[in-house]
Amino acid sequence: MRPVAVIGIGQVKIDEHWDLSLKELAGNAVFAAMQDAGRARVDSLFVGNMMSGSANRQQHLGSYIADWVGLRMHEAIRIEAACSSGAAAFRSAVMAVASGQLDSALAVGVEKMTDSPIAEITTELATAADADYESDMGTSFVALNALVMQRYIYEYGWKHADFANFSINAHANGVYNPFARFNSPITLDAFEKAHVVADPINILDASPVGDGAAAAVIVPLEEARSLNHTCIRVAGSGAATDTIAIHNRSNPLWLKAAELSSKQAYNQAGLSPVEIDLFEAHDAFTIMATLSLEACGFAEPGQGPRLAIENQIIPAGRIPISTRGGLKARGHPVGATGMYQIVEVVQQLRHEAGETQVPDARVGMAQNIGGSGSNIITHILVRED
Amino acid sequence: MEIPRHWRLKKQRYALVGEVCPHCEAKIFPPRDVCPHCSGEAKTPYQFSGQGEVYSYTVMNDAPAGFEENTPYTVAVVKLAEGPMVTAQLTDLGAEPVKIGMPVEMVTRRIRSDGNDRGMIVYGYKFRPVMQ
Ligand SMILES: [Zn+2]
Repeated sequence: MRPVAVIGIGQVKIDEHWDLSLKELAGNAVFAAMQDAGRARVDSLFVGNMMSGSANRQQHLGSYIADWVGLRMHEAIRIEAACSSGAAAFRSAVMAVASGQLDSALAVGVEKMTDSPIAEITTELATAADADYESDMGTSFVALNALVMQRYIYEYGWKHADFANFSINAHANGVYNPFARFNSPITLDAFEKAHVVADPINILDASPVGDGAAAAVIVPLEEARSLNHTCIRVAGSGAATDTIAIHNRSNPLWLKAAELSSKQAYNQAGLSPVEIDLFEAHDAFTIMATLSLEACGFAEPGQGPRLAIENQIIPAGRIPISTRGGLKARGHPVGATGMYQIVEVVQQLRHEAGETQVPDARVGMAQNIGGSGSNIITHILVRED
Repeated sequence: MEIPRHWRLKKQRYALVGEVCPHCEAKIFPPRDVCPHCSGEAKTPYQFSGQGEVYSYTVMNDAPAGFEENTPYTVAVVKLAEGPMVTAQLTDLGAEPVKIGMPVEMVTRRIRSDGNDRGMIVYGYKFRPVMQ
């Protein structure tokens, strides 16, 4: 295996894009990434997406997007891993180039969610869980996270308000991200009074869906070094799965797949949690950000909320998360989310993150969580000077 | 709705039939043919007692498609007396608030229907508080 680097990134603002189709969203991110990389062609295309078959009546996104962006005749496939489809596409592209089989790859995550009514999207999101034994019982995806959060609060003695700073930090950072779904801050009062979707989760614990696409160009490190660019090396990539259903885990309050995939990434990179300058965590819900921080070694089990309460997660804190708004404020177009995280880590490491720049950021981590924690992919990127 | 998919699960939905591992005695629900504890082959049917306690719960205010008419309703992860956990709705809840640790027992109830009077009705397990 040879080392690889990211030489180009592109993204579109997450929004309700009534005038843009699935392929146009993907195309806009791809063209932006190619332009950023300063090249017109790549060898291959890896498309991360969860629900185009039902939400847009279009499958076969490898050929579909390759045709649209002028990569016909090149290898192209679609990768699906529910909400972790984006990181799965990135990891596939990284492995393809690292193996030497391909000399360049473009990974794009895309999700076009406003073509279908929201109730259908809610049902579609629930297909990331166990259809026979979770979804058929009337659980939504929010409900599954609520079941975890209720038990977490019971076991560790937190209050719902103790999770507020996860959302407040995300929204505060989203203000400065032109690609974020929401650009307005929220208050503690608003967090505590928000509509309860599934007790204890309210609307401000949860991330919004939307239409979005984000992309990155990957080449061998040696080639990246020859370019007139800040070089961002992919230092670690790990992936692990867990039971599809939460009730089958021996400890539903521990994201085992997050622990395993982050350990793989740490080991490959030769780094430990204290050396991570920023972490784009999968804050689909405040409880998920909590469990991710614990499983990745940033907090002891049951102590994740303390990082939020003590403001350790803000850009100037010990372990900044959601630095560009996170899933909470940037938005969560499910199959695209993992690629937004990669794009945002690259922005931080290039020191192009503006008002929410983490000072002197050199090592960034991104973790993309599929389902209720059943598929978790972690990447560590390092700035080479 | 997809009739074969629901019909195929009738032993599990109506009678909580799982498996017992012949190697380590672990009780398994839902059936998965491979023991999650010792990784041995485990295909021996085993009927659960239906007794358990609430491990966690939530009240659904916004339901997915097909469940709207029931809102608000309570779903729970129930820890069965024999060990495994299962996700299910709670039913027959009186004025007593649901609590973690509350003893519950399995009952058969209508889970959802197709939305018109000729549509399929799915029955299956829910759990209710144990009468004290
Ligand atoms: Zn066994």
